[in-house]
Amino acid sequence: MIDWIQLLGNAAQQILSPVTAAYALAALGLAIHFGYTGLLNFGQAGFMALGAYGYAISTLTFGFPWWAAILVGIGVSIIFALILGVPTLRLRADYLAIVTIAAAEIARLMFTTNTFVEYTGSANGLQGYKGSFEDVNPIPAGTYGVGPFTYNEYDWWVRIFGWGLVIVAALITWRLMKSPWGRVIKGIREDEDAVRALGKNVYFYKMQALILGGVFGSLAGMVFVLPRAVVPSNFQPTLTFFIYAILLLGGAATVLGPIIGAIVFWVSLSFFSGFVARAVEVGWLPFMSTVQAGQLQFILVGVVIMLLVIFRPQGIFGNKKELAFVK
Amino acid sequence: MAHAATTPTSRRWPRLVATLLAVLFAAVALLSASPAHATSQVGLDDNEFQVSGIVRLDGEPLEGVRITVEGPGQSAEAITNAEGRWAIGVPERETYTVTLDESTLPEGIAVIDESGENPTPNIREATVGPSGNVPSNFFIGEGQRNTTSVGGQIVDRFFLGLNFGLLLALVAIGLSLVFGTTGLSNFAHAELVAFGAIMVLVFGVFLEFPLPLAILIALILSMAMGWANDAALWKPLRKRGVGLIPMMIVSIGLSLAGRYIYQFFIGGETRQLPFATSTQFSTDFFGLSWIDIASMLISIVVLLAVAYFLLRTRLGKATRAVSDNPALAAASGIDVDRVIRIVWVMAGGLAGLGGILWGYFRPGVSWDMGFQILLLTFAAVVLGGLGTAFGALIGSIIVGLFVEMSTLVIAADMKYVGALVVLIVVLLLRPQGLLGRKERIG
Repeated sequence: MIDWIQLLGNAAQQILSPVTAAYALAALGLAIHFGYTGLLNFGQAGFMALGAYGYAISTLTFGFPWWAAILVGIGVSIIFALILGVPTLRLRADYLAIVTIAAAEIARLMFTTNTFVEYTGSANGLQGYKGSFEDVNPIPAGTYGVGPFTYNEYDWWVRIFGWGLVIVAALITWRLMKSPWGRVIKGIREDEDAVRALGKNVYFYKMQALILGGVFGSLAGMVFVLPRAVVPSNFQPTLTFFIYAILLLGGAATVLGPIIGAIVFWVSLSFFSGFVARAVEVGWLPFMSTVQAGQLQFILVGVVIMLLVIFRPQGIFGNKKELAFVK
Repeated sequence: MAHAATTPTSRRWPRLVATLLAVLFAAVALLSASPAHATSQVGLDDNEFQVSGIVRLDGEPLEGVRITVEGPGQSAEAITNAEGRWAIGVPERETYTVTLDESTLPEGIAVIDESGENPTPNIREATVGPSGNVPSNFFIGEGQRNTTSVGGQIVDRFFLGLNFGLLLALVAIGLSLVFGTTGLSNFAHAELVAFGAIMVLVFGVFLEFPLPLAILIALILSMAMGWANDAALWKPLRKRGVGLIPMMIVSIGLSLAGRYIYQFFIGGETRQLPFATSTQFSTDFFGLSWIDIASMLISIVVLLAVAYFLLRTRLGKATRAVSDNPALAAASGIDVDRVIRIVWVMAGGLAGLGGILWGYFRPGVSWDMGFQILLLTFAAVVLGGLGTAFGALIGSIIVGLFVEMSTLVIAADMKYVGALVVLIVVLLLRPQGLLGRKERIG
C-alpha cells in the first residue's frame, strides 16, 4: 500500500527546501522584470547560472571568501543585464524574449564546452566550494528539528541563508514598488509612451529593473547550488519556464505571489510525482513505467502554464487590473 | 593521472614532471574534474556512459595511439595503453564522433575502410546504447592514410552547412509564416519538427512500414498536426482576444508539455531512422552521402515550391497580404481565418519534413530534437527579418553555414554559440533583419 505519511512528509519538506527558496528568489526577480516592468525575460536561467558559476569559480579558482564570491556573482549578472539590455530594451517585447533565451543558452553552452574545462569543469560541473560558507555557520554541529524538518547544521544554515535572502528581497521589492520609482516602472508596463511623455527616461528605468531582477536571479543561482554541485545541465531553458509557471501561479505583479507560488509549486509537484511513482509501484497504473511516471510532472507543468495564462492570468494573488500583459 | 609520468618526453625532466604532477593534483583537488590531458582512461568517474575500444594491428596491441571523442558535453582525447585499450566517459546517451589520429600510428599503417566506400574510415560515429557502453574499434592495416587538407575541410564544412541551412529553412519558413500572419512567436514549433521525425520512427522503425510510405504518412500527419494546432488551440484563443504575449507563453507551455509527452511515449534515448547511419550510401563527393545529397535536393525542391506558391498563386498572394496587414486583407475580401489555417497546415508539413531531414542530419531521433534547433530557427528568422518568408530562407542558410564553418576555428561543442551571438549582434545593428522593413519592429 501507499505510505501516505511518508508521501506527505516528503512534500512538506519542500516548504523549507533551499530549492524552493532559490525558485522563489528567481521568481521574485522575474516579477520585477515581467510582472512590474513588463519585460519578457526568458533568460532567468542564465542569470542563475552566472550567479552560481560566478560564486563557484571565484571560490575555487581565485580562492575568494564567500562574501567576495557572492559579490562577484552579483557583478557578473549586472554585466550580463547590461549586455542584454543595451541592444534589446528599445525593441518590441518578443525580441527581448528571444534574445534573453539565446543569451542564457550561450552562457550554458560556454559552461558546458570543454574549451574552459579548467575553470568550469565542463559538463561535469564544479563542487567543493562550500568551505568558506560552511566556516561562518554559527549553528553548532548536530541534528535539529521535528518530524520531516530534521536537518544537520549545514542544511539548516543553507535554509536560513536562502530564506533570509528571500525575505530581504521581498522587503526590497515591496518598498521599491511603493516608491516613486515603482510607480514609474508600473507606468512603463501600462503605457511606455505616456511615461516618456512625462519626461522620464524609459530606457534607463527598464535597464535598472532588468539589473535588479537579474541580481535576484544570480542570488537565486547561488542558493540553488550551495547544497549541491553546480552542473550546467541544471540551467536549461526549462528552468526559466518553471519559474514562469511559479510566477503565473502566484501572480506576476505581486510580492508574495512568487514566494507562495514557489511553495505551492514544489509541494504539489513533489506530492504528485511521489504519488504517481508509488501508484506505479503498487500497480494502480499498469500501463506506465516508473520512468514514465517521472515525466508526467513536466507534462503537468506545461499544461498548468497554458491553463493559467488562458483562464487565470492574474494568478492566485494577482489583481486582474494589474495584468503584466494588457496589450 | 599518474600516467603522465610515463610518456617518454617527460622522463628526461624529473623535476618538471614533479612540478607538473603537483600542479595537476592541485588542479584535480580544486576542480575535481578531469583536465584535458591524455591517458588511456578519461573521464570515466564523472560520466555515466563510456565509449571504449582496443587498437590492434594483426592481433598485436598498439600503444600511444591518440583517439578523440567529440559530442554533446564531451570533447576529450585518450592515448591507448600497453594493451592497446582506451576508454572515454561521456555524459549523454547520444551519438559521439570517434576519431583516430593516424599520425600517431606506426609508419605505413592506416585505418582500413572495411566497406571500401567510406572516405574517412578513421572517423566513426558511436551511439551510446541501452547498456551505456559503446565499443568503437577501428580496422588497422597497411594502407593509404586519410588526410584532409584545410581547403578540403572548408569545402566539406561548406556542404555540411548548406545542407543544415536548407533543412533549417524548411523549419524557419513555417515559423516565419505563422508569425507573419498571426503575430505569434510559436515556441511549440520545435515540437512540430520533432513530430515529423518521431512519426517516421513510429511507422518506419516500430511498425516496419517501407520507408517512403512511412515518410508520406509522417508528412500527412504533420500537416494534420499543424491543422489541429490552429483548430484546437490558436483559433479559439484568437477569438477570445488573448494578447500576443500571453499566446507566446501558452506556446511555451505547449512546447514543454509536448516534449515530455514525446519522452513519455518514446523514452529518453536517441534512435536511428532507417539507413541513417549505414555507410553504403557514401560518395567520394566532399564527404557527402547520398542521403545528404537527397536531403539537399528535397529541401531545394520544396523551397522552390513554397516560393512559387507565395509569389504566383492566388492563395499565396492572399497569404502575403494577410502578413502585411490583416485588417486591410480582410477588408479586401480575403478570408483571413482560412488563410491562417492553410499557413498552419503548411507550417506543420514543412516543420515535419525539416524534422525528418534533421533526424538524418544529426543523425538520430530523440524527444527533444526539435527544441535543440528552435533557437537556431529563431536566429535564422530574426536574421532574415521576422515575418518575411524569403528572409527566413536567407537567414537559415547563413546560420547553417555559420554553424558548420565556425567549427574550423572554434571547438565543435561551441558551434551553436556563434550563431546565437550573431542573433544578438544583428538585433543590435539591424533589428528589422536583412529583408525586414523598419516599421515592423515598433
